[in-house]
Amino acid sequence: MVAVAFFAGALGAIGGAIGVVALRNPFYSVLSLIVHLISLAGLFLLLYAEFIAAAQIVVYAGAVMVLYLFVSAYVGDVSEPMWDPVPGQRLLAPLLAGVLFIEVSIAVIGTALTATGTPGVDYEAGFGSPAAIGELFLERFLVVFEGASLLLLAAAIGAVVLAGRRRGRERDGEVGAPETHGTEMERPTSGAVR
Amino acid sequence: MDITWYLVLSALLFAIGAGGVLLRRSPLVILLCLELMLNAGNLALVAFARMNGNEEGQVFALVVMVVAACEVVIGLGLIVAMYRRRLPLNVDDLRELRG
Repeated sequence: MVAVAFFAGALGAIGGAIGVVALRNPFYSVLSLIVHLISLAGLFLLLYAEFIAAAQIVVYAGAVMVLYLFVSAYVGDVSEPMWDPVPGQRLLAPLLAGVLFIEVSIAVIGTALTATGTPGVDYEAGFGSPAAIGELFLERFLVVFEGASLLLLAAAIGAVVLAGRRRGRERDGEVGAPETHGTEMERPTSGAVR
Repeated sequence: MDITWYLVLSALLFAIGAGGVLLRRSPLVILLCLELMLNAGNLALVAFARMNGNEEGQVFALVVMVVAACEVVIGLGLIVAMYRRRLPLNVDDLRELRG
């Protein structure tokens, strides 16, 4: 039963990952990544990580992916050029990925950690529950927790600074001050849709 | 299921993500492939937490999720800024720091 659930989750995760790489339309890639993330949440449940699975679905597949969908719809269909910047890139990239997979697999299978050949230690009640995770976060890893919240705050401010409209600079450009060659690029028209 | 299965699956997902970063040219899809790689790392961390029977690996996975969220927010902000400036959304054309 566990094996069936594992292989179902693994197939979903691998299929979603291949879809992200192979689909040409970025919008479909994002949808494929959502399939991948939900399959991974199922695998986390198999590993008794209930809280991580719930956070994966709520935070990742829910919130972060909505952000992705919004931006990919805003930017529109980005056409990727067919030519290869590096000769043979379309052949070399999968080859290098395969080499990486084989290398990491050798490292994983040939590891000296003998416990990897077991399904793990016996399950105790409360393992991976929100209470256990919260206790670890607020007692042993308090500094990490605060650092994470600080990082999120910095990222939020950074996103506003990066993506916000710069009214002042646009007005400067319109006055006609001697600008560099980037002037016309920096002045987005009201209907920026191509 | 043995922990090795999860680790091999994690290695496979990481390799797919790395291949995507090498193959694709759109910054949006490259961000998605980075997500794939981070999630592969998360799977390995959770599998190790299960193997050792303590939740510290799961706490680590949560921190990785936070870092991934920050990376997404900054990356998407950069993409929106690039689109507003009518820059080509292609990482090969954007190799100069000077806008």
